[in-house]
Amino acid sequence: MSTINPASTPNALAHAVHGEAAHHELSFVRKYIFSTDHKMIGIQFLITTLLMLMVGGALALAVRWQLAYPWKTMPIVGELLFAQQGGQITPEFYTMLFTMHATVMIFLVVIPVLAGAYGNFCIPLMIGADDMAFPTLNMLSYWFMWPAIACFGTSFFVGGGPASGWTSYPLLADLYEAAPGSGWAQNFWLLGVTFIGFSSMMGSINYLTTIINMRAPGMTLFRMPMTIWGMFITAILQAFALPVLTAAGFMQVGDRLFGTVFFIPSGVVVNNAAPTIGGGQPLLWQHLFWFYSHPAVYIMLLPAMGMVSDMLATMCRKPLFGYKPMVYAMAAIAGLGFIVWGHHMFTSGMNPALGMTFMISTMMIALPSAIKTFNWIGTIWGGNIRFNTVFLNCVAFVSMFIVGGLSGIFMAAVPTDIYFHDTYFIVAHFHYVLFGATLFGVFGAIVYWFPKMFGRMMNEKLGKLHFVLTFIGFNGTFFPMHMLGIAGMPRRYADPYLHPYLEHLQPMNLIMTWFAILMGVAQFVLLANFAYSMFLGPKCGRNPWDANSLEWSAPSPPGHGNFDIPPVIYRGPYEFSSPLSGDKDFLMQTEPPVTDNVNDTPPEPDDTA
Amino acid sequence: MRYFWAAFFMFWPIVAIVIFTISPAMNWWFPGAGDPDSLTKGQSMTPLGVDIDNLFYLILIITSVVFVLTHIALGYVLFRGARDEGKKALFSHGSHALEVMWTIVPTGILIFISLYQLDVWRKFRVMSSFPEAAVEAPVAEVTARQFEWRIRYPAPGKKLQLKPQPDDLYTVNDLHVPTNRPVMIQLRSEDVQHSFFAPQLRVKQDALPGQVIPVWFEVTQAGHYQLTCAELCGWGHYKMKARIVAEPQTQFGKYLHDLRNEQNDDGVQDKKSGDADDE
Repeated sequence: MSTINPASTPNALAHAVHGEAAHHELSFVRKYIFSTDHKMIGIQFLITTLLMLMVGGALALAVRWQLAYPWKTMPIVGELLFAQQGGQITPEFYTMLFTMHATVMIFLVVIPVLAGAYGNFCIPLMIGADDMAFPTLNMLSYWFMWPAIACFGTSFFVGGGPASGWTSYPLLADLYEAAPGSGWAQNFWLLGVTFIGFSSMMGSINYLTTIINMRAPGMTLFRMPMTIWGMFITAILQAFALPVLTAAGFMQVGDRLFGTVFFIPSGVVVNNAAPTIGGGQPLLWQHLFWFYSHPAVYIMLLPAMGMVSDMLATMCRKPLFGYKPMVYAMAAIAGLGFIVWGHHMFTSGMNPALGMTFMISTMMIALPSAIKTFNWIGTIWGGNIRFNTVFLNCVAFVSMFIVGGLSGIFMAAVPTDIYFHDTYFIVAHFHYVLFGATLFGVFGAIVYWFPKMFGRMMNEKLGKLHFVLTFIGFNGTFFPMHMLGIAGMPRRYADPYLHPYLEHLQPMNLIMTWFAILMGVAQFVLLANFAYSMFLGPKCGRNPWDANSLEWSAPSPPGHGNFDIPPVIYRGPYEFSSPLSGDKDFLMQTEPPVTDNVNDTPPEPDDTA
Repeated sequence: MRYFWAAFFMFWPIVAIVIFTISPAMNWWFPGAGDPDSLTKGQSMTPLGVDIDNLFYLILIITSVVFVLTHIALGYVLFRGARDEGKKALFSHGSHALEVMWTIVPTGILIFISLYQLDVWRKFRVMSSFPEAAVEAPVAEVTARQFEWRIRYPAPGKKLQLKPQPDDLYTVNDLHVPTNRPVMIQLRSEDVQHSFFAPQLRVKQDALPGQVIPVWFEVTQAGHYQLTCAELCGWGHYKMKARIVAEPQTQFGKYLHDLRNEQNDDGVQDKKSGDADDE
C-alpha cells in the first residue's frame, strides 16, 4: 500500500489505497451500465425512478383530467389514443389508468427510490464499507427491475391493460371473463410484480448482510445514523413479507392459467359464462396481499423517516432529539406493521371479532409514529437552522406526515372506516403519507446527497422554486380529497357525477386537477435542476453541509472502494454544536478525540428540559 | 427570508382549518337526506349512522387539537430557529421526561378511542347483537352483479328463504325497505366482489362471491337514498347506481303487493282475481 498524498485527486487516492482492487480502468459498459459499484447502482436506480415518477405522474394527470372534465376530449393524446370515441377516455381505459398509476408509483418509484437508490448509495458509505457484501447480486437487483418495467409496459399494449386496481382483488383479477380485454395484461402485470419482488429481495438480503457484517471499526449499532436504521428495518420487513406476495401472485397466475381454484368459489357466474367449479375463497387473496402490502407501506416510509432525521439534525446543527427512542419507535412500527394488515379489510366480511383485534393493533401503531413526530419537532427546537431546500423539504415531510397520520385514526376506528372505506378520504390519507411525507423526504435527499453522488451542488434557487410549486400543488390537489371523502365520493369511479349526491363536487375536482397540473409541471424544474447541476453545478468539497456522518469523510464523488483513509468511528453521528467541537459546530464520526483522556461519550439525556 | 419560510409552513395549516370549518356550509360534507337545503342536511338517517357521525366528530375534535398543537409547536421551533440563525445550537440529545410524557399521553388517547368505538362496531357487525326483529325476517336478498343490484323479496306474508322460491318477487336497482324498524338484508354477489354502500345511511358492506353476508340498518325517515358500489368491480363500477326507498310499513306492504300483481300479471286474467288467492 502506497502512502497517501493529500494533493492527489480523490480517485487516485482511492486507487492508491486499494491497490490491486482497482488499478485497471473499467470499460464504459462495466462502469456505467453493468456496474457492480454500489454508488453507480444507486445512481442508476435514482435516475430510473425519477423517469418512472414522470410516467406515473402523467397517468395520474390523465385520471385527474377525467374527474375534472368527464368524457371530454383529452388534450394532446386524446385524439391519438381514442380516435373512435372522439378523443374521450373509455371507462376501461380509466380503470387501467389508476391501476397503472398505483403500480408505477409504488413498485417502480417509491420502493426502488428509497431502498434501491438511497439504500444502495448510502449504506456502504455511511457504515464505512468499501461496497455491498454481494456486489453482483446488487447489480442483478437493479437489472431485475427492467424485466418488471418491460412486463408492466407490455401490459399496456396487450388487451385493454390490467384493470383490477393495484390490489388486484379476485375474482375481478382472477377470471378472464370478469374484465374483458385485460386477459394477458393481467398476466404480465403479475409477472412484473414478481420480477420487482426478486429485485427487492436481492436488495434486502444484501442490505442485511452488509449492515450486520461490514461496519467499520467503532461503528456500533447505536452509532449508526437513522438512515441506516431505516434501511435495516425496511430490509427485514421486505425479507419476511415479500415471499407472501410472491406466493400469492403465483397462486393467482395458477388460477388464471393452470386451472387452480385458490380464490374461486363454486357457482360464480361471470358475464354469462358457465358457473365456476371451485371451492376457493376470494378473501384469502386479500389476507395474503395485505400481509405484504401493509408492511410495504412502512417499506415506503421508514427509510424516508431515517433520511429526514439525518437531514433535519444536520440542517438544524443540533443532535437528533431522542436517538434511541427514534430507533425503538422504528422497530415498533416494523413489529406492529406485521399485525395490522386486516385494517384494509374491515368491510370485507371477515370475522368481526378479528376486526376488533386489528383495530387495536392499528391504533397502537399510531403511537410510534407520534413519538417520531414529536422528536423531529424536538430536533428543530433550539437549532441554528439553515433554511435551505433540504430543510424545507424535511419540514414539509413532518408537516404532511402529521396530516397523514391523523387522518389515519379515522380509518383505524372501525365504525368510521365503515363509511370511509374506499372513499376519497382514503386516497387523501395515503397520498399525504406516500407523497406528502415520503416524496418530500426523497426530494430533500436528492439535494442532500447530490454533492456526494456527483461532486457538484444543486442549484438552490431552482430547488426552492421546485419545492414551493410542489408544496402548493400537492396541498391543492390532495387536501380537498378529505372533503370528497366526507361527502362520500367512492374511489375508482370513472364518472362520479352520475350519482346525484356527488354532482356538486365537480367544480372542486376541477380546481384540484389544475393544482395537480401545476405539481406535474413543477417536476420539470427538478429534472432540469438535476440535469444541469450534474454537469454544470458548482463543485464542492468532501463535506459541503458540515455533516458528521461517515459518507462526508469520503471524497466527492467517492472513488472505487469509497474511502481513501480507512475509517475508524469514535462517536455517534449527531454531535452537532458539541462543546467538544471547538470553533466548528460539528464533530465528524471519524475525527479522533482531542486527547485520550477526554470522555467523548454524549451526556445522559437531560431530565429537566 | 428565514421568517418567510417559517411563516410559509404556518400558512397552510390555517388554510386547512378554514377549509374544514366552511366545508359543512359549502356542502362539502356528509350527504344527508332529501333536498340539500333542508335542516337535516348532512345528518345520517339511521341510528347507527348517527353513532358513526358522533364518533367521527369526536375523533375530529381530538385530531384537530393535536393538529393545531403540533403545528403551533412546529411554528414556534421554526421561528425560534429563524431568529437564532448564526448562534450555536442547543446541545441536547433529548429529554427522558418528555419522551415518557409523549408516549403515555397518546397511548391514553388511543386506548380511549379504541375502547369507545367498540360498541358501535359490535352493534353494526356482530351477528349476536343484531336486533331480533331484523334477524327474524330479512326483508330482501340483494345480489350484486356486473353492474347492477338484483333484489329478491319473499312473497307477502312469507319468509325469505336461502334458495329462491317460485313466488319470490324480483326487482333491479330498486330496494324498498320499511322505516322505523330494524331491517336486515342478505347480501351476496353473483360474480366478482362488490360493496353495498348507502352513503346517507352510512352503511357499507362488501359482497363476497360464494358467501351470504347479513347487513342490518334502520331508516328513521322515509325518502329516497342512494345505493352505490364501493369495491372496484370492473369497467362499469361507477355505473352501479341504485336507490333505496324507505317508506312506512303500510306503504311497503302495498308496494310488495303491487309488485306481486305486476309480476303475476299474464295480461289475460283479471288482476283482481289473481289478488284474491291469498287473501
